[in-house]
Amino acid sequence: MNIYKNKYNVDQIKENHKIIAEFKYDIKKLSLGYSNKTLHINLGKSKISSKEVSQEMKDKFTGGRGFNLKLLWDAVNENTKWDSPENEIVIAAGPMSGITQYPGTGKSIVCGISPLTQAPVDSNVGGYFGPYLKFSGWDAIELQGISKKDVIVYINGDEGLIQIIEAPKEDVNSHLISEQMCDIFAENEMDMKSIATVSAGQGAENSFFGCLNFSFYDRRRKVARLKQAGRGGLGTLFRHKKVKAVVCKFSSLNFNNNEVDNLEMIKEVGKNYHRELYEEDDKQCDMRHVGTAHLVEIMDDYDLLPTHNYKFGSDSKTPKISSPIWREMFTQGIPDGCWYGCSMQCAKCVDGYVLRTGPYKGDTVSVDGPEYETAAAFGANMGIFDPHFIVEANFYCDTYAIDTISFGTTMAFIMECYENNIINKEITGGYDLSFGNGEEALNMLHLMASGVGFGKTIGLGIRRLKKLFVDKYNADANFLNDIGMECKGMEYSEYMTKESLAMQGGYGLALKGAQHDEAWLIFMDMVNNQIPTFEDKAEALHYFPMFRTWFGLQGLCKLPWNDVEPADNAETEEPAKVPSHVQNYVDIFNSITGRKIDKNEMILQSERVYNFQRVFNLRMGFGTRTSDKIPYRSAGPVTNEEYLSREDRYDKQLQEKWNWNPKGKSVDERKNKLRQFREDAYQQLCDAVYKRRGWDNNGVPTINKMKELKMDLPGVIEVLKKYGQ
Amino acid sequence: MKTITVNGNEINWEKDINIDDLLKKMNYTFKMIVVKIDGNLIKKNEYKSTIVYAGADVKVIHLVSGG
Ligand code: SF4
Repeated sequence: MNIYKNKYNVDQIKENHKIIAEFKYDIKKLSLGYSNKTLHINLGKSKISSKEVSQEMKDKFTGGRGFNLKLLWDAVNENTKWDSPENEIVIAAGPMSGITQYPGTGKSIVCGISPLTQAPVDSNVGGYFGPYLKFSGWDAIELQGISKKDVIVYINGDEGLIQIIEAPKEDVNSHLISEQMCDIFAENEMDMKSIATVSAGQGAENSFFGCLNFSFYDRRRKVARLKQAGRGGLGTLFRHKKVKAVVCKFSSLNFNNNEVDNLEMIKEVGKNYHRELYEEDDKQCDMRHVGTAHLVEIMDDYDLLPTHNYKFGSDSKTPKISSPIWREMFTQGIPDGCWYGCSMQCAKCVDGYVLRTGPYKGDTVSVDGPEYETAAAFGANMGIFDPHFIVEANFYCDTYAIDTISFGTTMAFIMECYENNIINKEITGGYDLSFGNGEEALNMLHLMASGVGFGKTIGLGIRRLKKLFVDKYNADANFLNDIGMECKGMEYSEYMTKESLAMQGGYGLALKGAQHDEAWLIFMDMVNNQIPTFEDKAEALHYFPMFRTWFGLQGLCKLPWNDVEPADNAETEEPAKVPSHVQNYVDIFNSITGRKIDKNEMILQSERVYNFQRVFNLRMGFGTRTSDKIPYRSAGPVTNEEYLSREDRYDKQLQEKWNWNPKGKSVDERKNKLRQFREDAYQQLCDAVYKRRGWDNNGVPTINKMKELKMDLPGVIEVLKKYGQ
Repeated sequence: MKTITVNGNEINWEKDINIDDLLKKMNYTFKMIVVKIDGNLIKKNEYKSTIVYAGADVKVIHLVSGG
């Protein structure tokens, strides 16, 4: 249980509620994983309405991210900016979401036009909201318009009631408002698990990379836990719309709310998977004890852990933030699934943590995480190898609703700028922002959340900061473009890609920006040497993004797919794909929906939505080859310091790979030559990937491709024609 | 100098080196791996007893985790 010095007053909060719109609906049973309706909330007009889901919508868009993008497309136009009233936050679950017999089935997916990238963004998240929303009768919810006052949107799936409620007194920060929603809307302590809240804290109001927190009530800890839809600034958009919380209440969870076609089959598949997980996890990733943080030391061992703004891939201090430390700090022995039935249990938590800084100093709280990305961003990338700093900053980022990845990567960029005298104490307001300075990093975080000082400036994100530093402080634009780790406006997540061309493409060619959730190919490419040619890499950059898009269509978590594998996976023909788990997904999808798809149709479902999203990017003015450009630091050494740190490796490559003799050449000459080769290789990779995906040489999907996918919708063709198709 | 190939890269062969030692030498610490010598699968419980001979083509396939 969290212990606060100044506990909020629930009665006072409730007294100030004013219902400004209400909508009643009939509660119907789901049918084969779908509720077949979506909910539309216009916050500006205080209007609530429902829309039917057509068979065509299901055939073309499947669900989840597909539904979101279709609804968003219909809501916006080519001039829509992230802060335009017509922009939406759309949240959906997907037809497989809410199954309790197989792990990782409680994910929601959120879309909107991003404040960071100005293009459509998708972000997935755990917690109970998505399944509860669907079981309450809604496959998706659209939040459009901008409210004049702070509001809560309340969906009561038990009674078939939706309300927009004026909410002046709730706290904004997520650890508090999530708990307050439980206090207000649950009947009693037992009922708190029926409440799922989406919220975004004050950091989302004051930065461009605000995230959304999705809660689930943890009965054992008696706290509302928080999972994040982190990427793309969706929390910023949420607060811009003046939404304090979207709350869903649903108390009738049973083993078959999805009203599936073949429950016995799902149970059988689930039973086998659970057994496999219990037998293999301890020997493999140990997800049940340390979650994704097991990756910290692995990444360091393979020179893939970004340190000091991605200059290097390992550091002698990494043991201070690696998994044995987290195993100690995480409470063990308590079920830690972020949805019912997830035996992977990777949502780890640091309990009884006493905060040392900020507005909640002295409070005792449970802190969700840190996951790998957060530990790597805060610990290694900012050079602050201190687990207590990581936990403290993790707590505040979450409750303020600041994306830990964007914050960490942006701070690392700021620190390098500071050490290069691009910015100084005069500009930072007297703060020493050198690498490793945890105290000042926390100060920046608190300032950012409050919207003051240089902290607020950092919240602009790397793309806007680069422009600011060039315009205002005469910084060298080329250098900033080289070291500013963003693509399409989104900050990189935490993997070093210098030695993996395929992974450079994994980031650069991802639709929404530099996130690794489309493809993680570093081992296949750099370590295993399994995809040596451009065509091999292009095949991987086709298959894996399409396969992984499917999780977003369905409401699935990616982790149970390949963070534990069957004992005999090694003996299969394509172990990297984990064929038996792919078959599990096909079997479960068919058992839910009564359809008869195979693994090829699975990819086709994704391809339809994936290509639609690429066209959506184009409609918003992005999405050609120019948008896929990556910062050079993700491809090679920018500075002499970096080159010299791996001099033998680079010299050897120049000689053996490109037949260019480095002997007797200066560091600058060798570095520049390497750059020429590597930048050229990236462009050749783009050529190969565009071709494999059925796009033209500028990265634009062809009309033929869209026809082949049966996605040649009139609006799509109109956009493609503008791009010369 | 005799050599072996590990994941396509040629390295010097060491007499009596077994799979376990080779993994250590390469700093391959990731647990989800598949080892093959000249296409033949080596089971985990055979790592210590399997000696890598000169000229062997060793594949240490790291299964995709991460992300
Ligand atoms: S694997 Fe982890 S993140 Fe995924 S659903 Fe299970 S607990 Fe949540």
